[in-house]
Amino acid sequence: MAHDTAHALHPPTATGLDTRKLAIWTFIGSECLFFATLISNYLVYKGESLVGPLPHETSQCMLHGQMTTCEPIFEIPLVTFGTAVLLFSSFFVVLALNGAQQGNRKKLIGWLSATVVCGLFFIGMQVYEFYHFYHKGLGYTTNLFGSSFYTLTGFHGTHVTLGVIWLATMLVLAIRGKVPPEKSLNLEIAALYWHFVDVVWIVIFPVVYLMR
Amino acid sequence: MSTIAMGHAGAEAAPAEKKGLWSWITTVDHKRIGILYGVTAFLFFLLGGLEALLIRWQLGAPDKTFLSPEAYNQLFTMHGTTMIFLGVMPLSAMFFNYFIPLLIGARDVAFPRLNAYSYWVFLFGGLVLNSSFLFNAAPDMGWFAYANLTSKQFSPGLNVDFWIIGLQILGIASLAAAVNFFVTIINLRAPGMKMMRMPMFVWMSLITQVLLLLAFPIITVALVLLMLDRSFGTHFFVPSGGGDPVLWQHLFWLFGHPEVYILILPAFGVVSEILPVFSRKPLFGYAAMVFSGCFIAFLGFGVWSHHMFSTGMGPMADTVFSLGTMLIAIPTGVKIFNWIGTVWGGSIQYKTPMYFALGFVAMFIIGGLSGVMHASPPADLQQTDSYFIVAHFHYVLFGGSIFALTAGAYYWFPKMTGRMLSESLGKVHFWLMFLGFNLTFAPMHILGLNGMPRRVYTYSAGMGFEFWNAVETAGSLILGFSFLIFIWNILKSLKSGEVATADPWHGATLEWSIPSPPQEWNFAVEPTVDGRDPLWELRRARGGTLPEPARVSGKGIHLPSPSYWPIVTAFGTALTLVGFLMHVTLWVILLGVAITMLGIFSWAFEPADH
Ligand code: HEM
Ligand SMILES: [Cu+2]
Repeated sequence: MAHDTAHALHPPTATGLDTRKLAIWTFIGSECLFFATLISNYLVYKGESLVGPLPHETSQCMLHGQMTTCEPIFEIPLVTFGTAVLLFSSFFVVLALNGAQQGNRKKLIGWLSATVVCGLFFIGMQVYEFYHFYHKGLGYTTNLFGSSFYTLTGFHGTHVTLGVIWLATMLVLAIRGKVPPEKSLNLEIAALYWHFVDVVWIVIFPVVYLMR
Repeated sequence: MSTIAMGHAGAEAAPAEKKGLWSWITTVDHKRIGILYGVTAFLFFLLGGLEALLIRWQLGAPDKTFLSPEAYNQLFTMHGTTMIFLGVMPLSAMFFNYFIPLLIGARDVAFPRLNAYSYWVFLFGGLVLNSSFLFNAAPDMGWFAYANLTSKQFSPGLNVDFWIIGLQILGIASLAAAVNFFVTIINLRAPGMKMMRMPMFVWMSLITQVLLLLAFPIITVALVLLMLDRSFGTHFFVPSGGGDPVLWQHLFWLFGHPEVYILILPAFGVVSEILPVFSRKPLFGYAAMVFSGCFIAFLGFGVWSHHMFSTGMGPMADTVFSLGTMLIAIPTGVKIFNWIGTVWGGSIQYKTPMYFALGFVAMFIIGGLSGVMHASPPADLQQTDSYFIVAHFHYVLFGGSIFALTAGAYYWFPKMTGRMLSESLGKVHFWLMFLGFNLTFAPMHILGLNGMPRRVYTYSAGMGFEFWNAVETAGSLILGFSFLIFIWNILKSLKSGEVATADPWHGATLEWSIPSPPQEWNFAVEPTVDGRDPLWELRRARGGTLPEPARVSGKGIHLPSPSYWPIVTAFGTALTLVGFLMHVTLWVILLGVAITMLGIFSWAFEPADH
């Protein structure tokens, strides 16, 4: 990636921190407030739904035009597995970065591919989950739980998708031999973003799925 | 101040001079982007001013039918939204762009192309918002867009949607710019410019960027939720589905109160540059200024509910938010005393920038005092939604921000254009603006306390509102006229104004050490700083005067290349969001996303150096 800075050729910055790295940290700081607001919105409306289905409780809900009794909607084992996969992907991207810094292309490409696959798996899991919930009667506008749940996890999923696109781009570059050790910072920045997306999920998972 | 040579020997030729429309579209030079921000924001500001004059004309006498209630609602909503998001914020951005790099001794901002992107997104956002007039669907629910007035049920038209999408686009511009300036200030300071040596304008700008970074994500989410309610049928703010309209108020003011500091802190910074220069004294209480600024920003996130006393939050919440609000008056007072301390005993130079800066201090004190009055819930219940509030925020926003930004315009105009503004016209401008401003807004205190509600399109004769309203309308005409003088002054000076030297005011900061206007690379030689007022220290060391800096050829200086990808990406970004406007038009969204992606990839892989 090109250096987008007037000072690219003057590495020592006032703080010694790389300018692009500082920028991604700044951006992440801002994103924290974005997710904090979405999570607050979810919590404010927790237990405020007028009809089911509900996350942890049996409830009255509308299914195929009839009021019926709905089971709790969450399936914790599947999400727990997805969470684990996402966590591991953070570990994998660290290994990939390590490979890039050592100039070990095989290591870089191998672990980066693993990261991308994990990311894709997570997105797949989320699509499956949404589809499944929908068929159990939880539409986007069915109740406040549905709206705030889909909005929160949907925005997180969008972030994961962007992260996968970014990492996949890095993977293509790596395969073409364009991520040599001196440019490993490009991967590091993408990895920082990826870690952030993971950390957000670490908050969402207990707050949304485990907390009753 | 010592200096070291900079630039890489030989290889690069002197940068060619850049001219023509295309050079502006592809520019990544922070100074040109600053000028683009300034001109665009000033035009929007004039539009917002015109809207205000129409409002004032309608209120000039009782029972007037000059404006229909619908038109009146659209005008006050667009006036407020325009002044805040398209006037004061981008006018501050003009100064961030042009002067942060100059004040910290840098060649440009950290990410020049991202900077261009911010400008174009801002421009497109402003155009989208104002294009609502063409569809006769300008936003009409007030600048804080309270639920459930904004629900599909009560606002079925596109008016609210234009507001949502316009602000969403503008928010992206602000966030991108905030990341950029934050990194620029932290990382691109010249050698020796420690944090506690930065000019106060840079400090206040830094704090503003932090506020932007933390406050804008909140409004982004709030706007998304509102859009989902309106276009997808969710019930976040709709009581019939269990939603809570008051949540909107919380989210809006969680953003909204920090936003008022986003509007005023840059103004604090500008004035803190001007007062010392025209008093020939260093800024009084530098460290206190820095820490009070940080404290204001910190507290600013904890007082949002003082806008919501009338929702009935209960005695506990009322007390906490009331005390928090009163607490903010302390760091604010610290600043005011420091400004007075700066001027005190100085050898005051009665130049136009100084007039406006002193005008700022006086007017801002009045606005701050009325603010402390409605920090008290029982008092506020009488004042809220009356003209008293309108008086308060105009004293802080016009008497505060606009006076200070005008001071900045007179102060830095010579640096930006190489011409002096006329002093005599400047003083006429000041006195007319000062008079017009006070005639327009001071009587609003009285009207408000006498019970005149805000946002009502007319009033009946015999309620005792006639006299002061007539005075206000007369005042607003004077105020409008004062800006015509300002425009005349600018045009006249650009054509035939006195040529400015590098340092016409005997300034203390680095921008005055280079030619007016600066050459594209700002500093031919990277400055080194070893104090808070580098130029004054240099002048003292050299025994009085400094030689006029020469314009140099710039051979061997590396500059970022122009690029059209910022404008393409910005267009894609705006288009994507516009797709959500007309009841979600999928192909527009997809096209927008495609253009954005194309822009980002081309941008990322564009070689920065040719
Ligand atoms: C000592 C400092 C200040 C205090 C204690 C203060 C207090 C308040 C309070 C309590 C309100 C709510 C009144 C109501 O709606 O009933 C208010 C409204 C407002 N304040 Fe301030 N304020 C201060 C400074 C500022 C500054 C510096 C700005 C902007 C530059 C500002 C801009 C506004 C605006 C725009 C509103 C009205 C929003 C609206 O209802 O449309 N204030 N202020
Ligand atoms: Cu406030």
